[in-house]
Amino acid sequence: MGQLAAFIILSVVTLVSAVVVVASQNIVRSALSLIPTLLGIAGVYILLQAEYVAGIQVLIYAGAITVLILFVIMLTEHGTGARFRQVNEQVLPGTIAVAVLAALLMAVFFGTAWPRAAGTLPQYTATSIGTTFLTSAILVFIVTSFVLLVALMGAIVIARRER
Amino acid sequence: MLLVDWLYVGVFLVVGLAMAALPLAVVWALAPRLAQPQKRTTYESGVVPFGQAWAQFNVRYYLFSLVFVIFDVEVIYLYPWSIVFRQYGRYAFFVMLIFVGILLLGLIHAWRKGALEWT
Amino acid sequence: MTLGLTHFLVLSTLLFCLGLFAMLTRRNAVAILMGVELMLNAANINLVAFNKYVAPGALNGQVFALVVITLAACEAGVGLALVMSAYRNLETVHVDEINVMKW
Repeated sequence: MGQLAAFIILSVVTLVSAVVVVASQNIVRSALSLIPTLLGIAGVYILLQAEYVAGIQVLIYAGAITVLILFVIMLTEHGTGARFRQVNEQVLPGTIAVAVLAALLMAVFFGTAWPRAAGTLPQYTATSIGTTFLTSAILVFIVTSFVLLVALMGAIVIARRER
Repeated sequence: MLLVDWLYVGVFLVVGLAMAALPLAVVWALAPRLAQPQKRTTYESGVVPFGQAWAQFNVRYYLFSLVFVIFDVEVIYLYPWSIVFRQYGRYAFFVMLIFVGILLLGLIHAWRKGALEWT
Repeated sequence: MTLGLTHFLVLSTLLFCLGLFAMLTRRNAVAILMGVELMLNAANINLVAFNKYVAPGALNGQVFALVVITLAACEAGVGLALVMSAYRNLETVHVDEINVMKW
């Protein structure tokens, strides 16, 4: 019961601020509203017994990626961008498409017989994650470092001024 | 999860909010207020501010924050690795050596391209 | 009524659709990237929820969620670098004005 209440509060926080992200005409406001969205999702992770993922969500998403987005807004949009029209002419078809997709997915989700009860996860998730990274997910571990390397090099090359 | 655990979270939440709100409340209650136009200006280390607060930053700031984000992501992998390091010993050490070595190439590239220089 | 898998799936569906709406209707490239971040977060909620309800025991869903967070950070870095490159060369970040390749 308490979990359901916590879930409802977290969903309301997440969805309301996500609507502000999507709908605000002030781009700085919508970037700042991304932070409560991501923190609400971190709370949902804690409800799902994924404490380590929740911590990483706060650290990487709410801490680092949002700062990066704000930097780029300050660098490109002359401040708030409130002077520009922020939406294109696809609002009506976009709304219809998104509503149809949501209805379709909901119909599938409510029509499927999912397992009712939550399973039990290992007690210390971070330890199990470390074990997984070193045993069965070792290839993912190494390939990820390549991806990070390529992203860093590519972004520096793209962002720097050409001579 | 036990109810006591959630109680801890609640206590932390209340104490954290109080630590942020209490100094503001004390200042609001005690400090004398004198309306002067200089007090409304933006604080810029004592220099008289010029231009808008929404000024454009240099591209260089973006490169710094980019390098920060990429090496911040490294923490995702370093922390679980450090927990199970003792179980796996030398194997874990060499795996992480490869991981950090590959990312070190990125740092060297950033350095060579001048992304770490301020001027 | 206890907390079930369907609750999380509904939350992630709504979040995904909001992100998709931002992608379809926004003109600013940075706002489109924020929509992509919302969609990736919706996918992450699904991964972690399925890990808890459908495939407990192992933590593959959470590990995959961590990899997705890593890739989201890379995507944000490279995507925003592209936005800045477009701004420098074309002096706009609005994707319907970036039409040099359009004939």
